[in-house]
Amino acid sequence: MARMTGRRALFAVPVLGAVTFAVFAVAAASPFDPVKAYAGTAGLTASQENLDQLRANLGVDRPLLARWWDWLTSALAGDLGDSAVLRQPVADVIGERVGWSVLLAATAFLVAILLGTALGVLAARRPGGLLDRSVGSLAYTLEAAPAFWLGLLAIWFFSLKLGALPAGGLTDTASDTVTAGQVARHLVLPAGVLGLAQLPWFFLYVRQGVSDALAEDPVRGARARGLSERTVLLGHALRSGMLPMLTLVGSRVPELITGALLVETVFSWPGIAAATVQAAVSVDFALLAALTVIATAAVLAGNLLSDLLYGLADPRVGFDG
Amino acid sequence: MTARSIRGTAAAVLAGTLALTAAACSNPGGSAAGSGGRQDSVVVGIAYEPESLSPLLGYGKDGNSKIFDGLLALDADMKLRPALAEALPRVSADGLTYTYRLRKGVTFSDGAPFTARDVVFTYRTVLDPKTNYASRAELDALEDVRAIGDDTVVLTLKYPYAPFAQRTVLGIVPEHIAGRQDVNTGPFTTRPVGTGPYVLAGWSRGEKISFRANPRYWGGEPAVKNFTMAIVKDDDVRATRLRSGDLDGAILPPNLAEGFAGDRTKKTYTARTYDYRTVTLPTHNKVAGDIAIRRALDIAVDRRAMVDSLLQGAGKPAFGPVPTDSEWFAKGTERPHDLAGARKILDEAGWKPGPDGIRVKNGVRAAFPLWYLSGDKLRQDHALAYASDAKKAGIEIRTQSGTWEVIEPRMKDDAVLAGGGAPGDPDFDQYPLLTSTLAGDGFNNMARYDNPVVDKALVDGRRTDDPVRRKAAYDTVQRELVKNPGYTFLTHVDHVYVIDDAWRGLTTQVEPHDHGLASGPWWNVEDWTPKSAEK
Repeated sequence: MARMTGRRALFAVPVLGAVTFAVFAVAAASPFDPVKAYAGTAGLTASQENLDQLRANLGVDRPLLARWWDWLTSALAGDLGDSAVLRQPVADVIGERVGWSVLLAATAFLVAILLGTALGVLAARRPGGLLDRSVGSLAYTLEAAPAFWLGLLAIWFFSLKLGALPAGGLTDTASDTVTAGQVARHLVLPAGVLGLAQLPWFFLYVRQGVSDALAEDPVRGARARGLSERTVLLGHALRSGMLPMLTLVGSRVPELITGALLVETVFSWPGIAAATVQAAVSVDFALLAALTVIATAAVLAGNLLSDLLYGLADPRVGFDG
Repeated sequence: MTARSIRGTAAAVLAGTLALTAAACSNPGGSAAGSGGRQDSVVVGIAYEPESLSPLLGYGKDGNSKIFDGLLALDADMKLRPALAEALPRVSADGLTYTYRLRKGVTFSDGAPFTARDVVFTYRTVLDPKTNYASRAELDALEDVRAIGDDTVVLTLKYPYAPFAQRTVLGIVPEHIAGRQDVNTGPFTTRPVGTGPYVLAGWSRGEKISFRANPRYWGGEPAVKNFTMAIVKDDDVRATRLRSGDLDGAILPPNLAEGFAGDRTKKTYTARTYDYRTVTLPTHNKVAGDIAIRRALDIAVDRRAMVDSLLQGAGKPAFGPVPTDSEWFAKGTERPHDLAGARKILDEAGWKPGPDGIRVKNGVRAAFPLWYLSGDKLRQDHALAYASDAKKAGIEIRTQSGTWEVIEPRMKDDAVLAGGGAPGDPDFDQYPLLTSTLAGDGFNNMARYDNPVVDKALVDGRRTDDPVRRKAAYDTVQRELVKNPGYTFLTHVDHVYVIDDAWRGLTTQVEPHDHGLASGPWWNVEDWTPKSAEK
């Protein structure tokens, strides 16, 4: 297992390098103009001389390869550069926000996995039963519903109709200190919505996996040996039924990241989302490259995690080391 | 390792990571602040977040910054009044030298005294090409700035520029802080220190900016002690959070503001603006450059209908950059909707209806493309309404959407649905919009308008500070725009705000095109007093 992790980590280095170069290349080829993005509305009244000066100050007229190499070497030396669009060092931008995004995504992921697995097992126990049919159709509906819309719906119901939960932000809007209690209360809706948006995948995979497993020989054998229904379900069927879901854990990471971007916007969550969108449309090379590295690393780690879990859950699979 | 022990380890590591993450996220030392609803705190919802809070990068350049003061400030009627200067500037007879005497006893919120050196530092820094100050063109007239002693500053101009004093509302920054770091990316851009009525309490990007009253403020400590701007980009979410009581006030589109009409605890404020929507008619286009076509379009368009249907009444028909209710508006230049008149102009100019109803002259079809910014619903609505009005007169306008990157290279030949508007002096909008030498300079004079009479009037208007001569100059410009409209001005868009009816002193200023932090009824929140405290 350690060898697999080590090898994957080694393999990640060229991948990350290639991805950052691709980001620079795509950004340079994109029709967006970093100077216009930087100037914003002021650019609409700026003189050409003013804009040309900005272009020189920002260094965006230099060749692609030179800019990438400079970024890479200084990033390796620990300097991630300055974000043009947010007017502050990239390390500060990321340091201030990434924790909140991780908290949101991790909570949502946990909600989706736990709830999805639990509902999936219950539904698989009585295929075609009331729970199976109702949760199943709800899952298909959720799969089609955009996270953005779910967020608005949740605000309307929980904040407006019930007045039970805050509609947005990290803390109460009027307060300027951050406390764990406030954050927890403010986390419920965004994490719930994001988790709910991911839930159908886990539910459907677990339900299918477990109900398939229930029909297989080992389970029939276990039943024949008179083991309790609980042991059969959780010890045998769930264990082999979980396998496809473990692969899913890794492959849902990119989806989780994009979902988080939308949910953060709806709930004014001070995570990395707004910065990512701004970095992309403003061709803010330094920020965009750093964020891409983080996202890529998250996806690679997600894949590694799901392979490791697979190996742990099914001794036959082993680690590719 | 056996699978079982590995499972245990993995679970422990996972749990540990989660706990660490959670711990890293909770801010240390965060004690619970009091709940909302206090009479000395105000929370408003805004749609745009600034990139920086440094005046050296453009924050608060038009006045009303909460953290900074300019030498001068604008009052509710957009009249200049002294701020960090103790009086309006003394202007030399040739209009080239502006002398400001500074207010005494003012300190920055860190306790350091404010002096003439800070003013000199601020202006020299924004003039420095190495500073990424995108609005430098607005200070084009400024040649140099120097201090005489601690309390007098002299600004010298390259040429006489009548509205110059209005540019000195730019916030003044402390040299002893901002001068010691990279002005483009240093910590000052996000943690500013100024002389203004509020100090920054916190800025959680994408969520909110909170301000606390500055006890040292030279104008007296504000009654509203805590002022928070929540950043909520989506209109519907903003309306929802206002309804749930999470926000005390917000900017809203007119149709959402209507939902609060029956709410007795809230009041709706409609701010007059200079925020116009216009269609550029490029001079180099064979069709749009034709004066008969321009004049026909100018009266074929039904501005009233646009105001009523697109803006739900929250706006005014526009006949030029100057709004019809401004003192600078040339009375009698209003053009009523007159479709028959438009057809007559086209007939007389030789634009005859072709087989498909679109007019033709010398083999040229009366057709041209019109671009609008993609994703901007209001501009799209204006563009479609304009095209449909033009069609009735026999002119075919093909609307297309794109980002500025797509539109910009086409601006020379294609029409663009543009917006803009800077309140205050008529020079601010008209000079860059209409001067022929600025044709195609950045986004200035997008239509490449070229009219010698207008050029001369614009120069006259900025070089004299005699109000009568200035009024005459801008009247000339507006009359010329009737004879040769290089743009079809459509509407001036009002900005609508809904806010709790709990304070005294609420007004709105005339607002510019962009929704800066300074706009809204909270432009002077430092002067508000709670109604409940007056019983």
